[in-house]
Amino acid sequence: MSRLIPHLETQNLSAYYGATKAIEDVSIIIPRNQITVIIGPSGCGKTTLLKCLNRFIELEEHARVEGKVLLNGEDIYSPLIDVTEVRKKSGLLAQRPYPLPMSIFDNVAYGMRIHGLCSRRELAQKVQYYLQVAGLWEEVKDRLHAPASQLSIGQQQRLCLARGLAVEPEIILGDEPTSALDPISAQHIEQRLIELKQQYTVVLVSHILRQARRLADYVVFMYMGKVVEAGPAQQVLNHPQHERTRAYLSGEF
Amino acid sequence: MGEYGLLMNNLRILRSRRAKLDSWVRRIFWMFSALPFLLVLTILTALWLKAQPLLLAHPLSKLLLGEAWRPQKGEFGFLPFISGTIWVTGVALFFAVPICILTAVYLSEYASGRVQRLVKPLLDLLAAIPSVVYGVWGVLTIVPWVEESVAPALGRWGDICPIFASANPTGYSVLAGGVVLAVMIAPFIVAIAYEVLQTVPAGLRQASLALGATRWQTVKYAVLPRASTGIFASVILGCSRALGETMAVLMVAGNVAQVPRSIFDAAYPLPALIANNYGEMMSIPLYDAALMTASLILFLIVLALNIFSILALRHVLRESE
Amino acid sequence: MAKWKWQNTEEKVMQVLMLLSFGLIVMSLLLILFTILSKGLPALSWEMISQTPKGGFYFGKEGGILNAIVGSLYLALGGTFIAFLFGFPLALLLNIYSSKTAWADLVRLSLDILWGVPSIVYGAFGFTVMIFLGWKASLLGGILTLALLELPIMTRAMDEVIRRVPPELPRAAYALGSTNSETAFFVITRQVLPGLATAVLLAFGRGIGDAASVLFTAGYTDRIPDSLFSPVASLPLAVFFQLGTPFPEVQQRAYAAALILTLTVLGISIFSRGISYFLGRHSIR
Repeated sequence: MSRLIPHLETQNLSAYYGATKAIEDVSIIIPRNQITVIIGPSGCGKTTLLKCLNRFIELEEHARVEGKVLLNGEDIYSPLIDVTEVRKKSGLLAQRPYPLPMSIFDNVAYGMRIHGLCSRRELAQKVQYYLQVAGLWEEVKDRLHAPASQLSIGQQQRLCLARGLAVEPEIILGDEPTSALDPISAQHIEQRLIELKQQYTVVLVSHILRQARRLADYVVFMYMGKVVEAGPAQQVLNHPQHERTRAYLSGEF
Repeated sequence: MGEYGLLMNNLRILRSRRAKLDSWVRRIFWMFSALPFLLVLTILTALWLKAQPLLLAHPLSKLLLGEAWRPQKGEFGFLPFISGTIWVTGVALFFAVPICILTAVYLSEYASGRVQRLVKPLLDLLAAIPSVVYGVWGVLTIVPWVEESVAPALGRWGDICPIFASANPTGYSVLAGGVVLAVMIAPFIVAIAYEVLQTVPAGLRQASLALGATRWQTVKYAVLPRASTGIFASVILGCSRALGETMAVLMVAGNVAQVPRSIFDAAYPLPALIANNYGEMMSIPLYDAALMTASLILFLIVLALNIFSILALRHVLRESE
Repeated sequence: MAKWKWQNTEEKVMQVLMLLSFGLIVMSLLLILFTILSKGLPALSWEMISQTPKGGFYFGKEGGILNAIVGSLYLALGGTFIAFLFGFPLALLLNIYSSKTAWADLVRLSLDILWGVPSIVYGAFGFTVMIFLGWKASLLGGILTLALLELPIMTRAMDEVIRRVPPELPRAAYALGSTNSETAFFVITRQVLPGLATAVLLAFGRGIGDAASVLFTAGYTDRIPDSLFSPVASLPLAVFFQLGTPFPEVQQRAYAAALILTLTVLGISIFSRGISYFLGRHSIR
């Protein structure tokens, strides 16, 4: 196994909703070009941790963050950083796909347009490219200008993937991105993610252990807001060091 | 640092062109968002400043309770207009309130989903009809009806019941104004009362029905008490609409500067006074201040009623969210 | 088994009363439409809607109410445009920048208060300001006063629609790195387009039908205005003035004007339903 190159790193990261502490003192690395899966029982702070990675936590009311999140060594919470740049660097797949209220084409083009990523001439070509990467092109190429809301939910999730990739992120964040999908669509998405790790760093929150086993190169196990164990998937899933991890993996929660 | 060295890049620091644009938009928004509040204050100040000469020249009690309206002689008694407004609004509420509440209850508790969906656009339409059209309708149907049928029929009881006494040969009267207003405010009251009734939790109804209550008993003992604040607020809102309504009332209420004694007397509500005389009052001293005082009185009454009902409704509707 | 019970009788009586009330409201709407149609249709002619008043018009001579039709369109279009210019960004950004703050509460309260202000008060206020500025009754004065009247209606109507946008939608845009204002103008606007159109049409309908606010501010004239500073006629005032004359021929024109006004409002109502459907095809439900 090659040496792990950290892409994202958290240092003593804590997040609060009002007075309640959601995650505490999290210090982990997210290795580059690998799939990192964050696992743990529900309510353990997985989603909160994910939200800290693209500063989505700031959209919650009364939320507060302490500590650092380093993206390529730069703290994304530094006051000098433009939050839209942080979010541009990370594509997000939510639990339920939420297409923008536009046509299929415009959904993918939207991000490129606001960030000024390509000229008008290249636009159609790029939209096609990203739809292909997300594995949606063949299904929609004849109705690019139909409303995105007409797609099935599985197609919508792949559209959201294409849309996220189109802003040229480095990292793909997935918050249980297959939980609302049927098994076939879920498999589709998983397949894409495996392909994508050649170019991107992928971080997934998942509550399905089998999914973690299928996808993960690196695993972070959280419990009650703290990271109990983090490391290469082989090690954490097969030879857990910690009592709690063992209990969780054997289905005791 | 070493590991990052080669990869180190380019989270663009703040103040990109887009971030700057966004902060400008935010600044403009703050200015815009102060506008509504400033507008309320400006209207109040402007009316106050223009009304001041009259308010300083005469004691308030004489203005509000004086019956004589002779601008040429400098006598400005607002009682005829204030009482005219109260009479017309009172009659409107007398008709509108029971009918509207019953309709709202029917729509919310009895009507099928299809009827409910059909009625909404109908109410919207009724609310959208311009007030002069209501006025035309009033002149064409309500006024003759009052003159030919209602006044002769009820006028006979005038000796026993003075509010039916009829000395007015025409149908242009408090009653005509009240009926037209009742129809005008009905869609408002129904729409809001319906919305309020919809916030009553279904569990409450089921609990009552499960105890063997009839539907009406459920409405009477469970739904209406729960919705009473909101329904009251909807009535107040309808009342403030009625107070400020100008053209329709102007066209059917008769416009005689007297304190009405019966529903068949002509009335001269405040908005009609302003509408009829504004623009022609420049030559008479204090006349424009008097009309501004009328506007100010109207504004203040409506303001008080609206603030009350808005806050009450907000409370009711938000609690249910 | 069929024992007489007071509560069953009460139930029946109340049901009858409710149906009667409901019927009364529906009937009154039909009655209004019937009255206006039956009086207005015979009075309506091509001459009526294609000509301005000629000499002796107010004694029943030649001419039509084109001046009022065009005047009302100018007034309502102008008023709606200005109200939109302020109301749209206000409603949109209120929800983006400060949806649940005390400040937003104050803005909404002020707007609700303004919604309830009688139009005659707007008229008096507008006229006072115009005197202060040395303006005469004019198209511009009418437009600005109508804009004041329409602003709260339009803004609050838009605000209500925008408030119902699910929070996931702006989040999807933020996740792509949109700024607040980009999210507002490019994404949320697309989602609520039908609601925005309805709000604009609602305000337009209110503007075109309002008489009390333009009574002093816009004036009345037989000509079609040629500048923003000339006085202008309007349909509601055409109804009001012409109904007040003792000549039946002139009153006919009031009926025709009332009919046009009613048809306009009806048309807007139907149109806004159609356009909602058309504009809403991209909205995410």
